[in-house]
Amino acid sequence: MKILVPVKRVIDYNVKARVKADGSGMELANVKMAMNPFDEIAVEEAVRLKEAGVASEIVAVSCGEAKCQEQLRQALALGADRALLVETTVELQPLAVAKLLKAIVDREAPRLVILGKQAIDDDANQTGQMLAALLDWPQATFASKVAVRGEEIEVTREIDGGLETLAMTLPAVVTTDLRLNEPRYATLPNIMKAKKKPLETLTPAELGVDVAPRLATLKVEEPPARKAGVKVASVAELVDKLRHEAKVIP
Amino acid sequence: MASYTAPLRDMRFVYHELMDGAALRRLPGYEEIDAELVDSVLEEAAKFCEQELVPLNRPGDEEGCRFVAGEVFTPKGFKEAYAAFTAAGWSALAFDPAYGGQGLPKSLSLLVDEMLCASNVSFWLYVSLTHGAYQAMRLYADEELKARYFPKMAAGAWSGTMCLTEPHCGTDLGLLRTRAEPAPDGSYRITGTKIFITGGEHDLTENIVHLVLARLPDAPPGIKGISLFLVPKFLVHDDGSLGARNAVSCGAIEHKMGIQASATCVMNFDGATGYLIGEPHRGMRAMFAMMNTERLAMGLQAIGHAEAAYQGALAWARERLQGRAAGGAKHPEQPADPLIVHPDVRRMLLTQRALVQGMRATAAWVGEALDVALKASEAERRQQAEDFLALMTPIVKGFFTDLGFECANLGVQVMGGHGYIREHGMEQHVRDARIAQIYEGANGIQAMDLAARKLPMHEGRLAEAFFRPVNEFIAECASDARMAEFVAPLKAALERLRHAVDFVLAQREASEVGAAAYDLMHLFGYTVLAYQWAKMARIGLAKEAGEEAAFYRAKVETARFYMQRILPRSEGLAAALRAGGRSIMAFDDAGW
Repeated sequence: MKILVPVKRVIDYNVKARVKADGSGMELANVKMAMNPFDEIAVEEAVRLKEAGVASEIVAVSCGEAKCQEQLRQALALGADRALLVETTVELQPLAVAKLLKAIVDREAPRLVILGKQAIDDDANQTGQMLAALLDWPQATFASKVAVRGEEIEVTREIDGGLETLAMTLPAVVTTDLRLNEPRYATLPNIMKAKKKPLETLTPAELGVDVAPRLATLKVEEPPARKAGVKVASVAELVDKLRHEAKVIP
Repeated sequence: MASYTAPLRDMRFVYHELMDGAALRRLPGYEEIDAELVDSVLEEAAKFCEQELVPLNRPGDEEGCRFVAGEVFTPKGFKEAYAAFTAAGWSALAFDPAYGGQGLPKSLSLLVDEMLCASNVSFWLYVSLTHGAYQAMRLYADEELKARYFPKMAAGAWSGTMCLTEPHCGTDLGLLRTRAEPAPDGSYRITGTKIFITGGEHDLTENIVHLVLARLPDAPPGIKGISLFLVPKFLVHDDGSLGARNAVSCGAIEHKMGIQASATCVMNFDGATGYLIGEPHRGMRAMFAMMNTERLAMGLQAIGHAEAAYQGALAWARERLQGRAAGGAKHPEQPADPLIVHPDVRRMLLTQRALVQGMRATAAWVGEALDVALKASEAERRQQAEDFLALMTPIVKGFFTDLGFECANLGVQVMGGHGYIREHGMEQHVRDARIAQIYEGANGIQAMDLAARKLPMHEGRLAEAFFRPVNEFIAECASDARMAEFVAPLKAALERLRHAVDFVLAQREASEVGAAAYDLMHLFGYTVLAYQWAKMARIGLAKEAGEEAAFYRAKVETARFYMQRILPRSEGLAAALRAGGRSIMAFDDAGW
């Protein structure tokens, strides 16, 4: 079984994100970038499925500027067999990425696509769902456990009330949640081997996908600074403030 | 809590921009080492250090090693971290691929070592000595011993030690008494006691490979009668599996000032089976192969502490609000300004910054020479690199470890009482950094190695390995007006250094050389850093208008600080040195 793992290049989670001075977006110049942590979990899950003999090949794919190669090399170092880069400098929105991934799926014919439930930069939480819709495949989002049995995949997902278990027929799309697994460190020998694994570059045009943004970003700004709290003297005062200042109770 | 982020941007700067990483690829065996691979290795190493080793550093210091009935237990978490470290292949980084190593350049492994030291120096020591033992064996052990021991050492399954010191002799190894008796099967029986053995016994690996200095029965007295032996904790069968426990045991561990999580052992050899490495009575030569590797590694320990202390002090100085800036409040909306506005705090932070980045740049230069010495196909190029390494080893060991301690100490000073208490992890760097000035040959010995051995060697040829490139650089910059403010002080320092070297070489009395040695080592060191800072300034000036302007501008400004505020130290050193040793040696014994 072939698994496709889309990975996104995002601002490193350790970096304090800053808004550009002109409010047009986030400051990304000379900022440390990394693989989206949820996608790292997706790569790890795919590698585990391969180690368990369930998967035969893992293909990592990333869409964006040429530097996304760094994240693809990391996926290769973690255990992916080969990588595809859909190179473009156009701002990519979830729908465009989902369309690109659909075109890749049509080419590669994987039985399973595993990707992060969302990326930590824009937190859109849309790509996996849109991809499933475009492919007309079943989807299981926010996976905390994945088990493949023949042509069926059982996915446990975390929901507000507890755990929900879904069974789907392959091919399917799974998006990963934080507790699915703990990604490994790339080993030094595998980092060196990753260099020799194939990395193919494509363009949206070659895939016949129009990636032009459908949404325009008007302005990006820092969240307002939190004001200091006050101590209230009595319950009555608290209730009064909740009613008249916060207006959270009638 | 102390935190540490590997300075990857500066490491990439020294590897790709200051040093010519692309030129390194032209050495045979390094063709595959492209910039992308170097960056991935650095990033993955940084991740491991920051996430696995930093969190163990202070708990390891608090808990220390435990000695129970001959066994040594490392602090909680060390065993798991060591297993993860070796599983990820880091122990094999610079080992020969023929024995399961990754064969990566030394220039790269030095940067990884720096991260390990900054994160957890006690942990690193277990790893570092294995690599030192590898160096000695690589050059002098026969193929049979290498084939039997290297794969397991590369895999980190077995660790190494260096057993020199005995209770009555440390620096003066000519006095050592451990005996080696030939056995009928061609091996030897080793008997004696060694002390201060780092990693002599611990619970991280299944076997420990001791390299032991001992005397054969027919040995001439003194330093010329010492041989080197390999003594495993467990004997190794022909098929590589472990056999009986050898007659070597740990008698105690030391209680000490720092590196608490590193086991410093008393080792007893009671007729233990050993194997000769190299020729009889030529053990010091082989041991120095290990020793020189370790001496350079001590410089990396110094950089690690200095960087970690700088990061901690900087974060503190930016956050801690105390007092108002001279000349008016910088942040009137806050109850006080952050510490970083104060001139003396800035002086301390910039001193750390200038020293740590200057040392890192120098280490990269040394790393490049290690790679050239190991790999270059032209004998002349290898020889030049060897000359340079011989010259730089005492400077990197003696001068860097003094600076490492200074920087750690400044870290405490910036934080004041909060640096002195244990909570923030800063005082640990002071205690841990302190040993680097002592072990692998105390810094006074390094100074003597430079002044009395290295400089007079081959009619002063070694010093040319430094003077030549610096003079070339000065000539290159002659027409560059913007470089004048960096080149002029460098040139003056170089002159001072040359006079000091001539002065020391001209001394007829050994005590005059001894009295001048330490100042000379520091004078040399400050001049080396001045050269590196001038080189960095040149790159900074060329790039300060482009991308990452702030990074390059900071290089130029730090270079300026170094030239104006640190390099003048060399004037004082030169003056003291020229005053001669009379005031030291003439002091009357009755006056003490």
